[in-house]
Amino acid sequence: MMNNNGSKKVVLRFPQEVADRPIVCELALRFGLRFNILRASISPHREGIMVMELIGNRDKQEEGLEFLREKGVFVEPLSQDIRMVEERCYHCGTCVGLCPTGALSMERPSFLVRYDPAKCIACELCVLACPTHAMEALL
Amino acid sequence: MGTKLRTYEEINEKIKKGQVVVVTAEEVVDLVREKGVERVAREVDVVTTGTFGIMCSSGAFLNIGHTKPRMKIHEAYLNGVMAYAGLAAVDLYIGATQPAKDDPLNKVHPGEFRYGGGHVIQDLVAGKDVLLEAYAYGTDCYPRKKLVTWINIRDLNEAYLFNPRNAYQNYNVAVNLSDKTIYTYLGVLLPRMGNAGYSSAGQLSPLLNDPYYRVIGIGTKIFLGGGIGYVAWQGTQHNPAVERTERGIPKGGAGTIAVIGDLKGMSPHWLWGVSIRGYGCSLALGLGIPIPILDEETLYYCSVSDEEILAPVVDYSHAYPYGTGEILGYVSYAELRSGKITIGGKEVPTSPMSSYSKAREVALTLKKWIQEGKFTLTQPVAQLPGVESGVRFKNLVERPVEASVIIGR
Repeated sequence: MMNNNGSKKVVLRFPQEVADRPIVCELALRFGLRFNILRASISPHREGIMVMELIGNRDKQEEGLEFLREKGVFVEPLSQDIRMVEERCYHCGTCVGLCPTGALSMERPSFLVRYDPAKCIACELCVLACPTHAMEALL
Repeated sequence: MGTKLRTYEEINEKIKKGQVVVVTAEEVVDLVREKGVERVAREVDVVTTGTFGIMCSSGAFLNIGHTKPRMKIHEAYLNGVMAYAGLAAVDLYIGATQPAKDDPLNKVHPGEFRYGGGHVIQDLVAGKDVLLEAYAYGTDCYPRKKLVTWINIRDLNEAYLFNPRNAYQNYNVAVNLSDKTIYTYLGVLLPRMGNAGYSSAGQLSPLLNDPYYRVIGIGTKIFLGGGIGYVAWQGTQHNPAVERTERGIPKGGAGTIAVIGDLKGMSPHWLWGVSIRGYGCSLALGLGIPIPILDEETLYYCSVSDEEILAPVVDYSHAYPYGTGEILGYVSYAELRSGKITIGGKEVPTSPMSSYSKAREVALTLKKWIQEGKFTLTQPVAQLPGVESGVRFKNLVERPVEASVIIGR
């Protein structure tokens, strides 16, 4: 039988009216999914944002995310939220030594900085450190 | 070693005839490993070096032309960034690290420093219109008191880069031994040696290929910001008398150069305004110097590799800001460039602030210019102060001041 397990990183946006409800726990209780919260914050307007890695059966992942959408949560894949603006990067690599997951790496022998969104957990250290604002967070 | 192989005139003659042999300071490393110094020195006429990084102590002189009625500018802003106007009537100096007047600086730490003097220089070079706001007190011969206009580099009488200190010969490697993240000019440094910041092109860096300033001197023609420049003087903080390795490589920041060049001939591809989180604004730029292989010794020094260049590791949470002089150890640029170094048994990822790929591009561009006959070499008119000159970097010794003479702020 084909193994249909995997992990997926998503950004969840909670509008003000759902930000205080216990919704996320249902991913585990109803859908048997494991999740790892990478980042969570509530804005001054009481909207919530959460970056999480979902682990488990892929079909269940889709069902779980559909459940969240029905509850009013906006779901987006993470990769769209941290991006590298190539023309603003001069490939110093200050971000490479800060990146905790290897999403940013120094290619050799070209010494060009490469970005792999699949490995990004949106910690935003690169956004903080980039001297030319080449790394952008849309979170 | 001391036998003369060729003169500047002979090299320039070969450049004109398209017969010159040029390699970069990176290419020469393997070439010498393969063939030896003696043979390569006979074959190669010029070695090109290059560096690209954030170089504070940079800026540009601008002459905007006279207004009608005339004005002796007392205070000036370019896109909201203060330019120094205490020169004459319409001469300005825009310094790379000057933040915009309304910048919140580090009031909310770490500050973003989104726009400053370096960005103004980049915008000028890119041919963008820049907003000039200027004020004066008015004189009989210069009555005008206020000026608000757009300016563009093409209309300026003069626009030239004049950088008092560039191309540092070697530099510190910065780590953070404290328990909280710190924000330095060598980048964001994570607590407990979470990473190490450094900034040198190592084996490609101009002054590391001429460690005793034998050929690079005042008047040397260089690649500056994608155009032509010259070495104008020794840079500020030039410090030749530091400890050196057996092959003469300084084991820390040593020589520097002041450079000058026509901004109108430069390109935004090689001049970038930068924002260093929690620290300030600056300018990143590309600079390259050709080294004429006058004798074997010149080539020997050019063949230095990253393995042979050592940099001191310094704690930027305490030792650097408080000037204790403590060094945690030395690492080579080969180790730094590998992506991790080991300090006190701990593996630490490295965060370079200068771009090795662009340093390489500078050296390759200069090589191409020379090969195509577009760039000839100049002989220095005077030497930079060397190891024996007695020139030494000094710290300030503060002296007590009577309260009655303090001007205040």
